[in-house]
Amino acid sequence: MTDAANTEADNAAGVDAPLQAMQEHLRQLVGGSLIESRVVQGQIVLEVAVAAIQQTLVALRDDQHAAFNQLSDLTAVDYPERPERFEMIYQLLSMKNNMRLRVCAAVGEGQAVPSMTAVYSAANWAEREVWDMFGIFFAGHPDLRRLLTDYGFEGHPLRKDFPLTGHVEVRYDDTQRRVVNEPVSLVQEFRDFDFLSPWEGMQAQIPGDEKAGKDG
Amino acid sequence: MAEMQIKPITMNFGPQHPAAHGVLRLVLEMDGEVIERADPHIGLLHRGTEKLIEHKTYLQALPYFDRLDYVSPMNQEHAWALAVERAVGIEVPRRAQYIRVMYCEIGRILNHLLNLTTFAIDVGAMTPLLWGFEEREELMGFYERASGARLHAAYFRPGGVHQDLPDGLLDEIADWVERFPAFVVDLETLLTNNRIFKQRTVDIGVITEEAALDLGMTGPCLRGSGVAWDLRKSQPYDAYAEMDFDVPVGKTGDCYARYLVRVEEMRQSLRIIKQCIDNMPDGPVLAENNKITPPKRGEMKQSMEALIHHFKLYTEGFHVPEGDSYTAVEAPKGEFGVYLVADGSNKPYRCKIRAPGFYFMAAVDYLSRGHMLADSVAIIGSLDIVFGEIDR
Repeated sequence: MTDAANTEADNAAGVDAPLQAMQEHLRQLVGGSLIESRVVQGQIVLEVAVAAIQQTLVALRDDQHAAFNQLSDLTAVDYPERPERFEMIYQLLSMKNNMRLRVCAAVGEGQAVPSMTAVYSAANWAEREVWDMFGIFFAGHPDLRRLLTDYGFEGHPLRKDFPLTGHVEVRYDDTQRRVVNEPVSLVQEFRDFDFLSPWEGMQAQIPGDEKAGKDG
Repeated sequence: MAEMQIKPITMNFGPQHPAAHGVLRLVLEMDGEVIERADPHIGLLHRGTEKLIEHKTYLQALPYFDRLDYVSPMNQEHAWALAVERAVGIEVPRRAQYIRVMYCEIGRILNHLLNLTTFAIDVGAMTPLLWGFEEREELMGFYERASGARLHAAYFRPGGVHQDLPDGLLDEIADWVERFPAFVVDLETLLTNNRIFKQRTVDIGVITEEAALDLGMTGPCLRGSGVAWDLRKSQPYDAYAEMDFDVPVGKTGDCYARYLVRVEEMRQSLRIIKQCIDNMPDGPVLAENNKITPPKRGEMKQSMEALIHHFKLYTEGFHVPEGDSYTAVEAPKGEFGVYLVADGSNKPYRCKIRAPGFYFMAAVDYLSRGHMLADSVAIIGSLDIVFGEIDR
């Protein structure tokens, strides 16, 4: 069966039984620190508070029934308009149950997130990447250095307020005989076309709409 | 005589080193000839793929996936196509599923050919590389016949594949499938029982099952440690559920086990390709939903509606309903995942790419501690490192 068919089946019959049983089990396992649990496209999503992440992941990993034995991925998403700007995402995999699980936690800017390196070693570099890309600090990380960006890079590129073109560009300077960093100079202004069609994509009110009454 | 304290030497390996498989800078703390700590510096090939994808429509984002793991481009595209299909909820025609599975397996062989042969050259055997690249050339020919490009194919699309296969291509691939096992035998005579190769790889870079799971290893590197876990079997996508193949598993978890697993995987891939050719269904190769997939060229010349659809798809693109999902495929290197956050517009809000090699690279420190300097080369070779996907 294809993924599309799976999704459709999920939507039609609610959620399949093992998934529902697992969701109920996890609800009890995580207990009080659980904010919300839901099923999105055949995967369970748990929302917890940042402070409870460590105990949640340890419980998920060590529980005999859940047995989420691998951290597939760890990342963050930036939502600048939310009061707690970032969302940490932990993708867990249970090979025993052949099930994936997503644990999310909202994090404010400047707020430290407990490091998961002691729970899953795989978190080590993933957290370094998140620190590099989003500037989320991980408390208790053994070696929190930048990972992907250049030596001496400033800023956190995957934040939504970081421009696509960046702030600096590098070139080799023949006279100084070294690579130099310079502010980006665009020959042409950065163009980000808005292709959203006004008759389908637009939600906002058109200027003048407010004057028209309900009866038109 | 007083005991002498020898200061560990810090050694720099790369970023320009033929055995670094790209632009890896490895800072090694050496106690004589023994590695005490390995600190890989990555990111020299960082191109900001995830940031760029946030500024592109869903269709424009697809070619970036070719450029991640450029050794097996279509497998990456597959992950993206599946992620988008899941988000918009469209069904892929059966013929397209078969074509995709076939090309994914061709990609797997492409990848393993490159990895095994460059691994061999790293530990001193040159001939496999020369032989293997001849076969790779043929496979890239198949890529070109279908998509027009040898490497960056952009062939898989959300909803199917871009074009149907040209006439006679399936016969040619079937021909090649008959010939290829002889090459695998030749490759094995050169390496499998080769004394030098075994001395360089057996018991080198051993990783236990627990450590491999803990470090986030997937794919052949995990199976080399004895974990029978393959997403094609456990969470089958597209037509994999209909395919009959075995998942090879290693026992020892060393570089040699990883080599053996890959060799066997090539044979299993051949089986899958053969099944795809034999059972290739007829029918369309792209979902017939013009809100997602473009209309046919000929139709566009006749129908105003088709023309509008084409124009809208290639400027505005299609809208993906709000939501997030994690989709993973078994790429040749391991679990390649796409975490896609859609906000209802025509561009992804966030696209996190989970590259298998990223976690292998993070494990280099664990694997190479206590080994000789020359072994670090064997370890890197056996992990199947490609920097396009690690640095993204």
